[in-house]
Amino acid sequence: MFSMPSRRDFLAGTSHGIGAMALWHLLAREGLTATGTHSAPRAKNVIFLFMMGGQSQLDLYDPKPKMKELNGQPIPAHLTMAKKSATGGILETVQASPRKFQPYGQCGMELSELIPHTAKMADEICLIRSMHCEQANHDPAQLLMHCGTPLFGNPSMGCWVNYGLGSECQNMPGYLVLLSDDGHGIEGAGSSLWGSGFMPSNYRGVSFRNSGEPVLHIQSPRGISAATQRARLDVLQDLNQIHQKATGDAEIASRIAAYEMAFRMQSAAPELLDFGQETAETRAMYGVDADQTRSFGSNCLLARRMVERGVRFVHLVHSTWDHHGDLTRRLQLNCGMTDQPMAALLQDLKQRGLLDETLVICAGEFGRTPMGEVRRGVQSDGRDHHPFAFSIWMAGAGVKAGHVHGATDDFGYNVVEKPVHVHDLQATILHLLGINHEQLTYRHAGRDYRLTDVAGKVVEDILA
Amino acid sequence: MTHRSLGLLLFALMLAPLTNREVAAGDEPAVRFNRDVLPILADQCFACHGFDNAKREAGLRLDSLAGSSAVLESGTRAIVPGDLTASELWKRINSDDPELVMPPPATGHRLTPDQKETLKRWIEQGAKYEAHWAFVPPHAEEPPVVAGVNHPIDRFIRARLAAEGVGPAPAADRATLIRRVTLDLTGLPPTLLEVDAFVNDTRPDAYERVVQRLLSSEHFGERWARWWLDLAHYGDSDGYLQDFLRPVAWRYRQWVVDAFNRNLSFDQFTIQQLAGDLLPNATASEIMGTGFLRNTLSNREGGADLEEYRVNQVLDRTMTLGTTWLGLTTGCAQCHDHKFDPISQREYYQLYAFFNNADEANIDAPLPGEREAWETAKKEYDRQRAELLAPVAEPFAKLLADWEQKILYTETHPGEDFAWDRTLELLGLQWGQSLGEGQLEGLNIIKIPLAERTPRQQERLIDYFLHAVPAEYSARFNELKLNEIVPKLDALAKNLPTLSRAPGLMKSTARRHNHIFVRGEYLRPGDEVSPATPASLPAIQSDGEPTRLDLARWLVSPEHPLTARVTVNRLWQELFGRGIVATSENFGVRGDRPAHPELLDWLALEFQREGWSVKSILRTIVLSETYKQSSADRPELAERDPLNKLVARQARLRLSGEAVRDCSLAVSGLLNPVVGGPSVKPPQPASVSKEGYANVWVASTGPDRYRRGIYTFIQRTSPYAQFVTFDMPDASRSCTRRERSNTPLQALNLLNDPVFFEAAQSLAARVQREAAGRSDAERLNHAFRLVLLREPLPHESTRLLDYLGIQRKLFEQDAPAAKDVLRDAPPGTEAGWVALASVLLNLDEFLHRE
Repeated sequence: MFSMPSRRDFLAGTSHGIGAMALWHLLAREGLTATGTHSAPRAKNVIFLFMMGGQSQLDLYDPKPKMKELNGQPIPAHLTMAKKSATGGILETVQASPRKFQPYGQCGMELSELIPHTAKMADEICLIRSMHCEQANHDPAQLLMHCGTPLFGNPSMGCWVNYGLGSECQNMPGYLVLLSDDGHGIEGAGSSLWGSGFMPSNYRGVSFRNSGEPVLHIQSPRGISAATQRARLDVLQDLNQIHQKATGDAEIASRIAAYEMAFRMQSAAPELLDFGQETAETRAMYGVDADQTRSFGSNCLLARRMVERGVRFVHLVHSTWDHHGDLTRRLQLNCGMTDQPMAALLQDLKQRGLLDETLVICAGEFGRTPMGEVRRGVQSDGRDHHPFAFSIWMAGAGVKAGHVHGATDDFGYNVVEKPVHVHDLQATILHLLGINHEQLTYRHAGRDYRLTDVAGKVVEDILA
Repeated sequence: MTHRSLGLLLFALMLAPLTNREVAAGDEPAVRFNRDVLPILADQCFACHGFDNAKREAGLRLDSLAGSSAVLESGTRAIVPGDLTASELWKRINSDDPELVMPPPATGHRLTPDQKETLKRWIEQGAKYEAHWAFVPPHAEEPPVVAGVNHPIDRFIRARLAAEGVGPAPAADRATLIRRVTLDLTGLPPTLLEVDAFVNDTRPDAYERVVQRLLSSEHFGERWARWWLDLAHYGDSDGYLQDFLRPVAWRYRQWVVDAFNRNLSFDQFTIQQLAGDLLPNATASEIMGTGFLRNTLSNREGGADLEEYRVNQVLDRTMTLGTTWLGLTTGCAQCHDHKFDPISQREYYQLYAFFNNADEANIDAPLPGEREAWETAKKEYDRQRAELLAPVAEPFAKLLADWEQKILYTETHPGEDFAWDRTLELLGLQWGQSLGEGQLEGLNIIKIPLAERTPRQQERLIDYFLHAVPAEYSARFNELKLNEIVPKLDALAKNLPTLSRAPGLMKSTARRHNHIFVRGEYLRPGDEVSPATPASLPAIQSDGEPTRLDLARWLVSPEHPLTARVTVNRLWQELFGRGIVATSENFGVRGDRPAHPELLDWLALEFQREGWSVKSILRTIVLSETYKQSSADRPELAERDPLNKLVARQARLRLSGEAVRDCSLAVSGLLNPVVGGPSVKPPQPASVSKEGYANVWVASTGPDRYRRGIYTFIQRTSPYAQFVTFDMPDASRSCTRRERSNTPLQALNLLNDPVFFEAAQSLAARVQREAAGRSDAERLNHAFRLVLLREPLPHESTRLLDYLGIQRKLFEQDAPAAKDVLRDAPPGTEAGWVALASVLLNLDEFLHRE
C-alpha cells in the first residue's frame, strides 16, 4: 500500500520512467523469492486470447451426446426454470449440437470438428469444462473476466500483471492489445477491458493494430522524417535537461525517458509488423496471407513476436462470438478465422521453446445455452448467454498438458465436478506468474484492491 | 547522554511523524491514539477485530476501550490499561508460536518493532482512546503569531516550518506566478499582454487585481466545473454495451459552469444537486442541479433486469454522495459492515434509502428563445393532434387503459405471460433511448392516476404507446386505422419547434420499500430500513421521515464535521497538487492524517464564515505567500520532505489532458473560447471509436473543432483518446484526484497527433505574422514567450536557433517534405518554424504549471 506521490517519485528515479520494477516489489519486502515474486514463477509472459461475446462450449469443447435424444424437446424442469433470453425469447427447448466430437491426441481429449487445428494440439492443452460465473450480460461478465468485478473503473488483468512484475521491454509498453472480428465489430465493454481503472495510465493496455497505424499516433506527421523526428527529440531533451537543472524536478528525467521510448516505439512498431522476417512456412502456418485467417493470424503471429521481444501481457480480443442466431454459419466463420492461427501459435511457441515460459489462455466471458434461442416467438439457430457452465483452455508454462478439468451435467447446464469460478482462474494465472493473488494489492480510495476482489482460489489440480 | 543514545534519539526524531511533538512526564514521548496507535490498529488488526460484526474474530474488537478491555472467551483481556503484562494483546503480538502470534502470518500482516514499541507505550500510558479526528467538528484556533507574517494560512505554515527548522521558498517570479494563478483559476494560460501588464504593474495590489480579474472571468466556471465533473462522473452517453447517447447531458455540465461563475454558495450548490426538485416551488434551474445524480450508467441491453440496474444506479448515487461530501468510502458497507470506519451495513442502506424513492425524469428546460416559439406552435399542434385522434378517441383511450393496466399487473406478476414481461421490459429499456431520458419515467407516469397526470406526461405516454404497440394489439390498432394516423402525427411533431429538455430527478410515484441487501445482492433483501444518517455523525433534522432535502441540508449544517473540510481540502489539492489530507477521497480511519490539522480546520471554518463562497476561499488561498512560493525543489527538502507535506515550496504539476489541449490551442491562436453549449467532437482517428460498440465518432467541423476540452463529448465506452492518455478518470465512478502519469503514449500524442501538429503550424504562422520582418532571434524570442511566457535563456536560445537552422536546411533539401509539413497551414508559414513550434509545444515546462 502506498500513496500516489511516492510512486511518482519512485518512477521518476528509474532509468526509463515506467515500470522497470513495480514499487510493489519495494514495499512487499517480505515473502518474496529471489526472482522478486511470491513463489517461483512458471510463466514469464501471458497471451490472453479473449473470445468476446461467449463461445458455444457445447459446439466446441464440451460434447453432450445425450442431448441428441432430447433434441427439440423441453429441457428437464429439474435442471432449471425456463430462462428468459437477452433478445426476448423464452428458452426451453433442448438444442443438441450437430457438431461431431472425437478424441484427439495421446490424451484423448474430445473436441469438435469445428476446431480441427486446435484439436491437433490437444496434448498441449489444459481444458477446463467447469468454468462458471454469475453475470449474464456482456459488459458485466467481460469486466468480471478482465478486472475481477462486474463494475467499470477497475484495472484489467494485464495492468495487474505489469504492476506486479514490471515490464522488461525497452521499446514497447508491457501490455499490448490486438483486436479482430468477423465484421460485426466490438461486442462489449470496449477499452474498459484493457483500461487501467484507478491505476495510472502507464499500466493501460495499448491497442496495436495489424494494419494501418499500429499504435495511435505512432506515425510522425507527414513530412517529418525519422531524422527530423530524432532532431526534434534531441532538442527537446536538451531543453528539458536545462529545465530540470533549474527546477530540480526528477520527474523531468522521466519525461525525457518517455519521449525516448516513444521514439523507439516508432521504429519498433513497424519492425514488429514486418512479417517479411518470417519464413514462408511460418506465414502459412498462421495463415497471414489467406483472407479468412489474415486478421486473427496476424494477431497471433504478432503475439509471438511481442513475447519474443519481452512484452509481458499480450491481449487478443476476437469479438464476434455472440451467436444468438445464425449459429452454424457464424460459428464456422469465426472458427475458420481463429482455429488455425491459435493452433499455429501454440505450435510455434513450442518449437521455439517459448511455450515453457508463456502462458496462453483462451476464454470468453461466458458460454452459451443448451437451449435454442427463440426470436419473436420463432425457434432460431442460436444460443443465448450462459454463465453457469462454460469451457476455457490454457496452455504452456506451468499448466498440465493434455488434461481435462471439471465436468458439467448431461446438458452442459450446470457444473457437476470441480467448479472453477472466474476469480479462481485469475488466482491461478497470477500464481503461475509467481504472484500471490491475495498479496498483490493496490491502495485506492482507502482500500487495498485485488484482481480477485475478495475471492479466488488457485486451481491446484491443473498445475503441472 | 552517550553518543550512541544521542544517535538513537536523533534517529527516532527523524522517524517521528511530521506533526507537533509532545513530551510526557518522565521524558517519554506521549503516545496519542489518533496519531500513533490508530494507524497501526487500522492497518494490522481491524480487518478481524474492528467494527465489522460479521468478520469479528474471538469476539474481540479493538476499536473502543470497552471492546479491547472486555473479558474474552478465553478469560483474558486484550488490553488492561497501564498493565502491559496483564494485556493479552502484548503477549500475542510477541508470541513465537505461529498458532498464537498476532497478526496471523497467513494474513501477510506483521508488526514492526517500532509499531510494537508504540503499542507498548500506549498501553503503559493508560491505553487512551480518542474519537476519530474527522468526526469531531473543526476546532476554531487562532493562527499562530509569526513575526512579519500576516496571512493566516502563512502563519500556520510558517510556524510549522519554523518548528521543523525549514525555511519557505522564495516567491515565484511574476511571470511564473501569473501563469500559475491563471491556469489554476481558469485552466487557460495568460496572454502575453496580461503577463507584461502584471510584470510591469508596480501598484502594491497588482496581484490582487489579477486574482480579481480571473475570478470574474467566465473561464473560471469552466475550469472549476471540470474539477467538479470528476466527482459527478459526468458523461455524454449511457455506458454499457450499446452506450446510447445522452444528447441533453450537457445541460447539467452547463449548470455547473454557471454555478461556479455566479458563485452559487457551496451549501446551495449541494442542496440543489441532491434535492433541487424537492425545494418549495423549485425552479427549472434548481431541478437541473439534480442532473448531478443523473450521471449514473444506464443499461438498455436486452435481458437486462431493470430492477437490478436501477438498484445499481441508487448504489452509485449513495457511493457518490459518500465520496463527494463525506470523503468516506461507503461502498464497502454495501456488502458488509465497514471494517475500518463506523458505517454499518444498516447505515449504508439507510443512506441508500434517501435515493431509493427518486427516479430519473427529464424536465422541459427551454433554451433562451425556445419557449415562445414552441408555445405558439404547440397550440396549433395540440389542435391538429386532437383532430386526428378524435375519430378514435374513445376506443383508443380504452386500448391505452388496457395496456396500462396489463403493464401494472405484469410488474407485480412476472413470469405469467412472457409477451407482457417483454412489453414491460421494453418500456424500461427503450423509453427515451438515445434522448438521455430517464428509463423508468414511462412506468412512473402509468402509476400516476390519469386525472393527476400533466398533459405533457399523458402526451409522452401516448407517443410511446403509439410507437411500441405490442403484437397483441396490432389487429385492433389497424382496425382503428391508427397505423395510418401515426405517420400523420409524426409529420405534425416534426414541425413543432424544439423545446429542449434537461436531466433531473423526481420523487417515485409509488413508494418502494428499503431493504438491506444481504451481501449486497439485490435479490436477497434483508431487514427493512428507513432513511437515516450514520450514528457517528451529527443528527439529521427533519419533520417526520427525513427526505433527500433534509439530507442535503444536513451535509451543509454548521455542526457537520466533514463537508467543509472535505471540500476545502480538495480545493487545496487543486492548488498545491496534494491535499492537506493526501487521501482526498478518504477521511476515514484508513485515510491519511491531515499534515496541517489546524490549518484544515481554519480553512473549513473560514469557508463557512464566508458563506460557503468558493470564489472567496480560493481567493484567500491564492493570495497567501504560501501559494506564491517558487515550486523549484531544494536539495534539503528532497530528502527531508520529498512529498512536500510541509508546503515549504509550491509544486510543479503536469497539466490535465484538457489543459494540455486548451493551452496548446490558446498559445497557437486556434482556441475558440466560446463558453457553454452542447458537447463537440474534436477530430481523432477512427480506430478509437471502433473500440466501443457501434459508436461512430463524427468530428465536428468549423470553430467547434477548437473548443476547450471540457466541451469534448464523453462517450463512456470509448472516450476521447488524448484525454485518456493524459489520465482523465473513467467516467463510470466518482474520482477525487487524478493520476498524473508520464508515458510514451503522451509523447506520441503530442508529437504526432494532427490536432497538436495543427497547433504547431498555427503557432509558426502566428509568430511569422506577429514578428514579421524581424530576425530569427527576435522571432524565436516571441515564439518562446508565447508558449512559456518568459524570455529564453541564452543557451536555450542558441540551441533552438541551431535546431531551426538544421531544420531549414533539411526542408530546403527536401521540398516535398516541406510541402507536407505545410499542408493546410496558413500561407507564408515556413516548415522549419513549424518544426520549432512543435518542439516548444512539447517542452516539459509547457506541460506543467510551475
